[in-house]
Amino acid sequence: MTYDILFVVASVVAISAALMVVLSGNPFISSLSLIANLIALATFYILLQSDFLAAAQVIVYAGAVMIMFLFVTAYLGGRADEPTRQRPWWQTLAALVAAAGIAAEIVFGVERESFLHGPVVSDAFGAPQAIAASFLGRYLLAFEGTSVLLLIAAVGGVVLATRRPAPRGADEPGAFEVEQPVRVQSLQSSVMQRETEFEIVRSGTGADEKDEG
Amino acid sequence: MHVGVQWFVSVSAILFGIGLYGVFTRRSPLILLLSVEIMLNACNLALISFSRYLGQQSGQVFALVVMAVAASEVVVGLGIVVAVARRKGDLDVDRLTGLRH
Repeated sequence: MTYDILFVVASVVAISAALMVVLSGNPFISSLSLIANLIALATFYILLQSDFLAAAQVIVYAGAVMIMFLFVTAYLGGRADEPTRQRPWWQTLAALVAAAGIAAEIVFGVERESFLHGPVVSDAFGAPQAIAASFLGRYLLAFEGTSVLLLIAAVGGVVLATRRPAPRGADEPGAFEVEQPVRVQSLQSSVMQRETEFEIVRSGTGADEKDEG
Repeated sequence: MHVGVQWFVSVSAILFGIGLYGVFTRRSPLILLLSVEIMLNACNLALISFSRYLGQQSGQVFALVVMAVAASEVVVGLGIVVAVARRKGDLDVDRLTGLRH
């Protein structure tokens, strides 16, 4: 009974937090909602007797990855906000159809199947010892590949984040062409500019006068 | 009501759909990365559910590998976002067409 209640609470939290991530306009609220979503998923992992994965989820995801997200959101400031432009209605419709379609397909496909209860497993099922035995035994190649991938990602992240934009010549086209917004000049400012465009006539400089004197 | 594996997989499918909707509709690259994270975690949930259902460790090992891949993807993705934000003023994935021409 406690199992069922925990499942219902975790699924409500996970789904509503995911909706908040997708629908909220504030990137901070989106990031914080994703943390709630990840913790609800860690609850699911505990319910599925995968204790080590639940711990890894909280430490790696809700800890490290989301802190990085929050730092970048704070660094970008207002630029992280959603660009306020009207999107075409068919885009929203197509996204709704695709998302609801794939979710409904899997849900109905799974519900139709009469899954029996899983086998009774021992307490050591999701323990770190069992995971380590798998990783260092049968899946050693995947383990090594993962470590190489993480090394490459760390180096790539440092390179991407520390390199300054290279100075470019005036005639040299850049990889990311900066689009300057077209400044619309108001009528008043253009009239004012026209009025102040009179010729400046200088009648000799101070140095000349000193020489004459 | 007994919570079987199909309930977990259903929640995972719903989460995947929500993430897909976010990827399709949002324009800020940060929110796009967050939506991709939702989708990856939905896949992880399905993997771990079936791992428990079959009583085998393989699904959990695979979920851990997916976690590492997701962390790498976030590192590189956020690096690209910061680099683009430095070069261009605004962040809009519909306007980042510099590689297309």
